[in-house]
Amino acid sequence: MSFLEVDAVAKSFGSLVALRGVSLSVQPGELRAVIGPNGAGKTTFFNLISGFFAPSAGTIRFNGRDVTRLPAYRRVSLGMARTFQVTEVFPELSVLENVLIAVEVAAGYRLRPWLGRSARAALRGRVDEILALAGLGQKADRLVGELAHGDQRAAEIAMALALRPRLLLLDEPTAGMGDQETYEITRLIRRLHRDAKLTIVLIEHDMRVIFHLADRISVLDQGRLLAEGTPAEIAANEAVQAAYLGKAA
Amino acid sequence: MNGAAVVAAIRRPAETRWLPLAALWAVLLAVPLWLPLVGGYTALAGRVLVLGLAAIGFNLLLGFTGVMSFGHAAYFGLGAYGAGLTLRYLAASTPLAMLLGTLLGGVAGTLFGLLIARRRGVYFAMVTIAFGQVCYYIAYSWNDLTGGFDGLRGFRRAPIGLGPLVLDIAGDGPAFYYFLLGVFAAAVALMGLLLRSPLGHSFIAIRENERRARFLGIPVERHIWLSFSISCGFTALAGSLYALLNNFADPLGLHYSLSGEIVIMTVMGGMRTFWGPLLGAAVFVVLQDYISSMTTNWMSFIGLLFVVVVLFFPRGLLGFLPRRGAR
Repeated sequence: MSFLEVDAVAKSFGSLVALRGVSLSVQPGELRAVIGPNGAGKTTFFNLISGFFAPSAGTIRFNGRDVTRLPAYRRVSLGMARTFQVTEVFPELSVLENVLIAVEVAAGYRLRPWLGRSARAALRGRVDEILALAGLGQKADRLVGELAHGDQRAAEIAMALALRPRLLLLDEPTAGMGDQETYEITRLIRRLHRDAKLTIVLIEHDMRVIFHLADRISVLDQGRLLAEGTPAEIAANEAVQAAYLGKAA
Repeated sequence: MNGAAVVAAIRRPAETRWLPLAALWAVLLAVPLWLPLVGGYTALAGRVLVLGLAAIGFNLLLGFTGVMSFGHAAYFGLGAYGAGLTLRYLAASTPLAMLLGTLLGGVAGTLFGLLIARRRGVYFAMVTIAFGQVCYYIAYSWNDLTGGFDGLRGFRRAPIGLGPLVLDIAGDGPAFYYFLLGVFAAAVALMGLLLRSPLGHSFIAIRENERRARFLGIPVERHIWLSFSISCGFTALAGSLYALLNNFADPLGLHYSLSGEIVIMTVMGGMRTFWGPLLGAAVFVVLQDYISSMTTNWMSFIGLLFVVVVLFFPRGLLGFLPRRGAR
């Protein structure tokens, strides 16, 4: 039984067909990379999995449960957390407050109009834990909007981790980053995968990152699944080379 | 990112924070002593508290949830009518009048909010105006019940009996001012606690980034609805106090021009701060009182001041204060 089972999902926006029946299955503990040229439908694919919008056709099963029509916030409570291609954080709040809000929701407290001292202390302990894991301990009191790009990405990942996810969806985590920042984020992702045994699906353009991290790779092209396999298989795949290099095969 | 926010990132130690707060309460407690000396009268301070509370309630929605309503006068007016009708037709009980006034406005807001929580931005603001105007015309036309355009008269706030003690708030002395201040204090304390709670944090999360909030597991529409309902409840409580203050309720308390005034008070005072709306209400009420004794055209002066504040202090008069976070 796969952990995430996407079966022939399709999505059209008016006359524009973004995805034409893509299937994918991810095993527990796997790190899957989704790659493809610009406009291949990668982000649309992520949006379907995370519940940003519903597919025009096809089904999505998560941990044995059909979530195809489930609203995004319910998928979060089942253990799906995601980050976005353009960082989505709470810019005018501090790093600590960003993570605290995520921790409160994860604890099931989002409707509580009051919180006791001990519950408050427990949440703060959890926040410190996550900040340390994401390497943001020193920057807890800074406003997220003032942080460097790389740290903002790290803060967003920290918020996703605060949800105690079972599946982490990362949309181009290293987009717009320099070498040093890319290295830091890659290390963080590998730690989450190796040490925390988190199942991760990530969209990525940086081949170094992909070949460094991924167990398996799925290649999308023009809304279709072009190929799937281990990094070595994908590197040797002629259709993939053609899609990336324009033609030649 | 502007300078104020940068400074705000470095938190001040807790012991220096209570000082301005203590000063504020000292000033409010001493109103009957100092206000007559500067040519004011206590009922004016009562107006500041009542409209300040209405604006603080409204600001839960605008400043802390990031949602704009242009119809909060509807809940203020319903609160006033609820209290007035209770005193006139049901019982000479001030607490009951406040309770039923708050319930009338709060429940109306809760039901109406159910219909509109999916709307955003201009659409949300437009339907809130529309609902306010519906309430206005009902109060205006239902002569038998509400007194129509002349307003609802023929009721007086009643003294409150506490066992053997009687709190005589019926007169025009400072007793009623202190009663208002007590209710105001309890209400803002409740609001302060709410904003420090996970529920309050979820509202701030929606203000900051709706998409992130949704993908943290917050059902955004439902929480906007909650914020709207709670906000309407606070504003309705203020409205019921307004009826007690004036022994009178009129349709203008429901009119969209009052909704606009609540917005002006809030934005002028500083919508990202907790106390900004109270300061905005104070400036508004005092200027209105002072200028309207000289010219009927007082609103154009307030409008001018509003433009100046928005141009030069875009974060409001209290905008220099450290921003209020989610702790």
